[in-house]
Amino acid sequence: MRLFPLRIVPDDTSFDFIRFRRISFPISAMLSLLAIFLYFHHGLNFGIDFKGGILMEVRVKSGAADLAKMRATIAGLDLGDFQLQNFGAPSDVLIRIAEQPGGEAAQAAAKQKIHDALGNDVDYRREDVVGPRVSGELLYKGILGMFAAIAAILCYLWFRFEWQFALGAMIANVHDIVLTLGFMSITQVDFDLTSIAALLTILGYSLNDTVVIYDRIREMLRRYKKMPMPELLNVSINATLSRSIITHVTVAMSLLALLLFGGQAIHSFTATMMFGVVLVGTYTSVFIASPILIYLGVGATRGQARGDAAEEEEPEPEKPTTKSPARPAARARR
Amino acid sequence: MLYFARWKAAAILLTALIVCAFAVPNFVSKDTVKNWPSWAQRYVVLGLDLQGGSHILLEVDAADVRKQRLEALRADVQKTLREARIQYQARPTVRGNAVEVRIRDGQNFQTALEKLRGLSQPITNNIIGVTGQQTLQVTDAGGGLFRLAPTEEATNDRIRQTVDQAIPIIERRVNELGLVEPTVQRQGVDRILVQVPGLGDPKRLLDIIGRTAKLEFRLVNQNVSPQNVPPDSEVLCETRDQSKTDVKPPLCEGGSPVVVYKEVLVEGGNLTDAKAAFDQNNQPVVDFTFDATGARKFGEVTQENVGRPFAIILDQKVISAPVIREPILGGRGQISGNFTVQSAGDLAILLRAGALPAKLTPIEQRVVGPGLGQDSITKGEYASIVGAALVIIFMLVTYGLFGFFANVAVAVNVGMIFGVLSMLNATLTLPGIAGIVLTVGIAVDSNVLIYERIREEVRHGRNAIPAIDAGFTRALATILDSNITTFIAAAVLFFIGTGPVKGFAVTLGIGIITTLFTAFTLTRLIVAYWVRMVRPQRVPI
Repeated sequence: MRLFPLRIVPDDTSFDFIRFRRISFPISAMLSLLAIFLYFHHGLNFGIDFKGGILMEVRVKSGAADLAKMRATIAGLDLGDFQLQNFGAPSDVLIRIAEQPGGEAAQAAAKQKIHDALGNDVDYRREDVVGPRVSGELLYKGILGMFAAIAAILCYLWFRFEWQFALGAMIANVHDIVLTLGFMSITQVDFDLTSIAALLTILGYSLNDTVVIYDRIREMLRRYKKMPMPELLNVSINATLSRSIITHVTVAMSLLALLLFGGQAIHSFTATMMFGVVLVGTYTSVFIASPILIYLGVGATRGQARGDAAEEEEPEPEKPTTKSPARPAARARR
Repeated sequence: MLYFARWKAAAILLTALIVCAFAVPNFVSKDTVKNWPSWAQRYVVLGLDLQGGSHILLEVDAADVRKQRLEALRADVQKTLREARIQYQARPTVRGNAVEVRIRDGQNFQTALEKLRGLSQPITNNIIGVTGQQTLQVTDAGGGLFRLAPTEEATNDRIRQTVDQAIPIIERRVNELGLVEPTVQRQGVDRILVQVPGLGDPKRLLDIIGRTAKLEFRLVNQNVSPQNVPPDSEVLCETRDQSKTDVKPPLCEGGSPVVVYKEVLVEGGNLTDAKAAFDQNNQPVVDFTFDATGARKFGEVTQENVGRPFAIILDQKVISAPVIREPILGGRGQISGNFTVQSAGDLAILLRAGALPAKLTPIEQRVVGPGLGQDSITKGEYASIVGAALVIIFMLVTYGLFGFFANVAVAVNVGMIFGVLSMLNATLTLPGIAGIVLTVGIAVDSNVLIYERIREEVRHGRNAIPAIDAGFTRALATILDSNITTFIAAAVLFFIGTGPVKGFAVTLGIGIITTLFTAFTLTRLIVAYWVRMVRPQRVPI
């Protein structure tokens, strides 16, 4: 019956994640500040969805594209800021033209000029024209969507857990978004509508992860009335560690496939997701979302008010000390 | 947790099977599906980014609507005062966002105010009936000056109506082009979204749907020069190329100025038919036919003005101004004016479909060529297969037989996603494919949560069957919580997002529901049957 089950993570790990908060919190704070600095210094590379303008993807009908010649042709049209870059194959070129002054009609006119200039040497694979009115709205709606999603999720967590958990999840969330924005700022990937979708998915995933651990913490809180908080958190994280790692390996594999073979169109989307879900999301739920519960006062009064008899209330089979002698180390080190 | 009544097991399997079966039409040739009952003919529609096509968002020009409204109001004021025999000092004029009129006689002020107030009407609404708001705000500025301003609500109401009127007209125009499955839908208050899969010439599409196509017949004022135009006339341009938008009076660069009377004698609204044809010189022309009213008016006008040039005007541009040689009484006419075969055909389409009630501006335009769409599909498929293969192997390696169970559950899950998408005739976009790939991640996670919990229970000293049972019970609570949070994110994205974001939200949302279904029923069912068959002494994970 047994095929080849593999233990990716050994049973009964007992890493002291909570102690690590003394390192992880300052690191996260620094990284967040760095991300905010980058965000204001470099800014995001807003795509035409939010900035307005024209985006064209063209493929030269024969051979590789002569970028220099194309650049000269378009520069001759006097359309203001523009960018040319190879996009995937050497024959494919992505052309971005800044929003034209003069409202909606001016965008269409500019597009026509490019058509006339490039003529029949190229195939127009994609053409997006976004006018000033729409772009502003899209940005507003995107940001609104993000805040609405965070608010809705928090309400749910508040309802399902205690307020401290909701707050902890929110801090973790903001941390995720800030770091991911920093990543987008460094790499200067196009920030467009799909980036908003990526950010929200990262949010969802990170929360998903946080909720799995919180769920366990809540369970432990109910079961072990006397266990000190740092140890309880450590036990919870260690218990879910194997799941966290296996899940993230599978998600990373799916994303890797998308990243390598999904084509240019979703490249920035998957790259952002990779960073957000695999790197930040996992780290956050383990090193930020869980330890922060201590500071938010979850279980602050435990172990003091009750007498020693409380120890006997613990259900026997789940009592961790009976099965894993390594664990009390966490308690001792505290 | 591990016991299933027979009917329950049957219901679970049947549900999964039926939902998956809805995905079948996507994989069978269209000709075969045609013979199936109509409820079975459901597909996943490929988004424009995958099959190529044009996406155009049009916005009603509010300024144009307001201008028309004020012009009509000015005429109404004039008519009302005339009928009430109230004399005005100066003709009603449009000033800013209002019509102003100055009454001559002091004793008439009160009557005038009452009469003008009578022009205002309550705004009604389909949902709540009378809204308590009025269409006009009439103010007495003193000294006999009255100001009538349309209220903001009235203007918005008018814009909404304009969109309602414009949609069927655009539909007719697009349908006349003979395109496959175009969609024309309202977006928000003042916008219309036109989506047309796979048209080769996006420029022509925009040309057809974006033009107002207001056809007017007016007399040419021959007595004056364009530099000196009397108030009853205006300068318009005659151009050879109708598609050129930058030819504007008074200079008309690239065309020639024509002075025409402002009075519109016959309108395009009176047309019943228009079609492209050739004249005796074999030049493309547009033949048109008037309805009874139009034919009578056209007959009268041509009878009275033999020998004078008659301007045919489309969207404030003179197509041609032929001299009337003889009265045209049959209600049929011909427009000639430097057409190509295509432009004559397009004009005929526009005239048949009717004029748009106001100017529409394209504010967003996205075109994907069919080549790129095909590339995206191929790449998306390839990436999905590679991703799935990696996950399948990983699960087998990690969990052995239970990994195989998980893979079955995930496969059924993906089948169900496609089934639900087909049932809803939902649109699959590239971000949508990304959503499915991520759902696979979530679906795998639900299995991982269960199995890890079982492992834990075993470690805590439970026997195989109680451990499996407890593992499911405990893990499912967690799965529910974590999936609901992700589902909330998907729901918010769906309601607030647009375009690509929405497509992503749809597949993610559906994926979460099917994941919950498979985790709570199918995976459990498979494991339960395995337990019953094998009666395991130890858990093989």
